[in-house]
Amino acid sequence: MSLLAVTHLASASAWAVYAVGALMALAGAGGVVLQRNPVHCALALVTTIFGIALLFIDQGADFLAAVQVIVYAGAIVILFLFVIMLLGVDRKEQRAPEKLKGLIPVAILVGVVALAELLVLVRVHYWATGSKAGAGALNGPGENVQKLGQSIFTAYLLPFEMTSALLVIAVVAAVVLVRRPSPAPPGHEHRTVVGGRGTARSGPAPARATVAERGTPTERGSGASGGAEQSGSTGEVVR
Amino acid sequence: MTVPGAWYLVLAACLFGIGAVGLLVRRNILVMYMCIELMLNAVNLTFVTFSRMLNDLGGQDAVFFILVVAAAEVVVGLGIIVSIYRRRSGATADDISSLKG
Repeated sequence: MSLLAVTHLASASAWAVYAVGALMALAGAGGVVLQRNPVHCALALVTTIFGIALLFIDQGADFLAAVQVIVYAGAIVILFLFVIMLLGVDRKEQRAPEKLKGLIPVAILVGVVALAELLVLVRVHYWATGSKAGAGALNGPGENVQKLGQSIFTAYLLPFEMTSALLVIAVVAAVVLVRRPSPAPPGHEHRTVVGGRGTARSGPAPARATVAERGTPTERGSGASGGAEQSGSTGEVVR
Repeated sequence: MTVPGAWYLVLAACLFGIGAVGLLVRRNILVMYMCIELMLNAVNLTFVTFSRMLNDLGGQDAVFFILVVAAAEVVVGLGIIVSIYRRRSGATADDISSLKG
């Protein structure tokens, strides 16, 4: 009798863990889609990541849960927040009119159809062949980290080395992408070039003000108004 | 004693669907990237669930590699986003559609 009670209690606790993780994941996912402010979206993504890490622990993937929290919540979301703060896009999302009419209902319809397909796939029981992948059994002697490490460093050694090459390529690509195209000599001219770029593409207001008082040839014409006396000295640097 | 694996698969399918809808609906490029991360997380949950259901470590290996690829993808993607925003501030996905077919 007491054994049955213990079993019921364990089952209830397992369902409770699943419910908490699922609620965190779903609430965070809804927040990512529905929040207007990108910072709130990033925080909702953190909620989802913690919920999924909880479900990882519940399924015996201890190492992956730790890596999930460290890499996703600690690195990727922080990187998102850095970019949001750096670019200043956290004010509000532009509400320009949609170029395609009725895009949102179609998008929701596509999502619902995809979800229905996935749920049908869950109901079909014969997609798993049951043949082992050569990576070893999950249940067995030893810790999760030990077995995962042995599998990665023996059976999956070549993909592991390729991921290191991929990370190096990603670092080089990030440096190349974000680097400024023409390294101007330090001092006055460099700032002028940066300001001039901001104006030509309808940049933020301060950049436009700086260049307006310096006087670009494209905007000011050939010295019609005040500030034209400077356009001869700095005008060539801008374009 | 634990929850059956189908429940985890249904949850992962719901997360994937929400991420796909968000990717199609939102127009802020950063939020679209977050929706891609959401879909990647749903797939990771599916891999771990199958790893438990089939008693096979290969699913967890796949999740390990997906984490690395996701990190590299975010680095490159955010670099592209920063260079886009540097050319035109406040750009949405509609404004950079000059490569569309």
